[in-house]
Amino acid sequence: MIEVHGLTVRYGGVTSLDDMSLAFEPGTCGLIGPNGAGKTTFFNVLSGFVRPAAGTVRAFGADLLSMAHFRRARWGVRRTFQTEQAIEELSVFDNVAMVHEHSRLGGASRRGDVLDAIAFVGLDAAPDAKVRTLGAGQRRLVEVARAVVGRPRLVLLDEPAAGLPDEETSHLAEVIRRIPEHTGALAILVDHDMSLVSACCATTAVLDFGRLIASGPTATVLRDDAVIRAYLGVEP
Amino acid sequence: MRATLERASPARAVTGLSRPQLIKTAVTALLLLFVLFGLPQLMSLYYVDTMTQVAVYSMVALALGVLVGRVGLVSLGQVAVLAIGAWVAARLLFATTQPYPLILLEAGLVTMVAGVVIGLPALRLRGLYLALITLMLAGGITVVLATVNFPNGGHGFLGYNGSQVHIPPIRRPSIAAGDPAYFRFAVVVAIVMFALVLAHVKTKPGRAWAAIRQSEPAALAAGINTTLYKLWAFALASFITGVAGGVLAGGVHYLYSIGFPTQDSITLLAVVLMGGAYSLWGAVVAALLYQFLPALLNNWGVSADWLIILFGLGVLQVLTTAPAGLADQVPRDLARLGRLLGKKIRRPAPGSTA
Repeated sequence: MIEVHGLTVRYGGVTSLDDMSLAFEPGTCGLIGPNGAGKTTFFNVLSGFVRPAAGTVRAFGADLLSMAHFRRARWGVRRTFQTEQAIEELSVFDNVAMVHEHSRLGGASRRGDVLDAIAFVGLDAAPDAKVRTLGAGQRRLVEVARAVVGRPRLVLLDEPAAGLPDEETSHLAEVIRRIPEHTGALAILVDHDMSLVSACCATTAVLDFGRLIASGPTATVLRDDAVIRAYLGVEP
Repeated sequence: MRATLERASPARAVTGLSRPQLIKTAVTALLLLFVLFGLPQLMSLYYVDTMTQVAVYSMVALALGVLVGRVGLVSLGQVAVLAIGAWVAARLLFATTQPYPLILLEAGLVTMVAGVVIGLPALRLRGLYLALITLMLAGGITVVLATVNFPNGGHGFLGYNGSQVHIPPIRRPSIAAGDPAYFRFAVVVAIVMFALVLAHVKTKPGRAWAAIRQSEPAALAAGINTTLYKLWAFALASFITGVAGGVLAGGVHYLYSIGFPTQDSITLLAVVLMGGAYSLWGAVVAALLYQFLPALLNNWGVSADWLIILFGLGVLQVLTTAPAGLADQVPRDLARLGRLLGKKIRRPAPGSTA
């Protein structure tokens, strides 16, 4: 369980996250909101890239904000990026193995864990294929494989389906849905595709201008008047 | 395809290498044997000395390639780092009777410490600002070296005696006292340094550097301690450059601070980009451009100053048409030319009956 309390992030005069308090239950949780709502900023705080002005984050009992950023991956925080960041120069295997070898997990299980993660995401590319030779959808899957290898505790997925065709998005939805069951991790999905969020997330939280405006079961949240006004839009 | 795989499999079973890898390894081994034993026999002493410099600067270019090509850190202080290595090696060579390889190791380690200090700004800076800071540091080191001078057999910590009339030469290893033998010694040291870099590139540090170069956030998210690996790159590059400085000291016998101008670091970066910062062969090409080409022009009576213009055009050429450098472009273009000529030869002449 992830407990966020009073989280505030300011960039100069702009408040990106404003006193956000929320609890994410085990499973796959959605985090939605208009552009600039603070979703990626929240991920950046969890990853250690942004230091909040105030607030606490407790993840499975641990004080996440007190850990150095690179130690968070070792602890179990994994993420994908809005702009896909698979390492082009490396092979599929090395991309995934990189996380495993820097997470101080047992070396003996490395090859098995890496191949298991690649198989889990259903990547139809040879493990020794260079990432630069892969298509956009395959590269997204490499990133997801990197996020689930070994023993992740918290998987942050930042618009993983952005720019993907419908067929690849539904495959990705299936993969995301199975992450908690396969790895035991809590997954948080940020996306603008409401069908993807509905398909994957039992609960969803909504941010608007850095403020939490709704949270709860996904179906209920998507019918919330405040959410419709702020994000989904009202039929004329 | 099947036939190719079947033919390749016995070779892989014995060596663990695929057929192309086996051919590449065999060609490299033959080339090295030729360089070690054939080349000194074919060249005059002038060119043997030049090729010793090529071996030295291939190590310097290799080290700069680690920083620029592998990690994406632009350093303009490599010539100053080379000077530190040469200074330490010269001081130890005059002060002690330790074996030469041990002195190279010590020079490398001392230079490594200095290089890590120079690399500290890299933890916060990248790109132009890092380049500027390293250039300023290099300038500072050059000024200090001009003040303290290089050791010339004098006493005290600095080992410099300004009133000395007969300056003793910096010694060489007893097994490599002559120029051809010292050239072989320099090549062997360079091979060891190349193997050291290869061992890094193919393993955990190499993967971490690749991640840092492409995306530091992605590297951090993968659990990579980017601070450690950046400093590691500076440490490795400085160690190699320090060892190269040690080889340079024995090669030239006498060292002067005027031989390490700050602006040479900029030229060095230019030739590394031209040779190919991403490949190990690129370092050899860079060293040939940096040392062999001026010697060749000098021998022909042409001013080496023309090289500044040539290098400028060369950098422009590789940045626009071959970012991986000449080491990648030339074999690729030669292969393309071969295929084109092959097609022309195989194509029947118009009007001929097949």
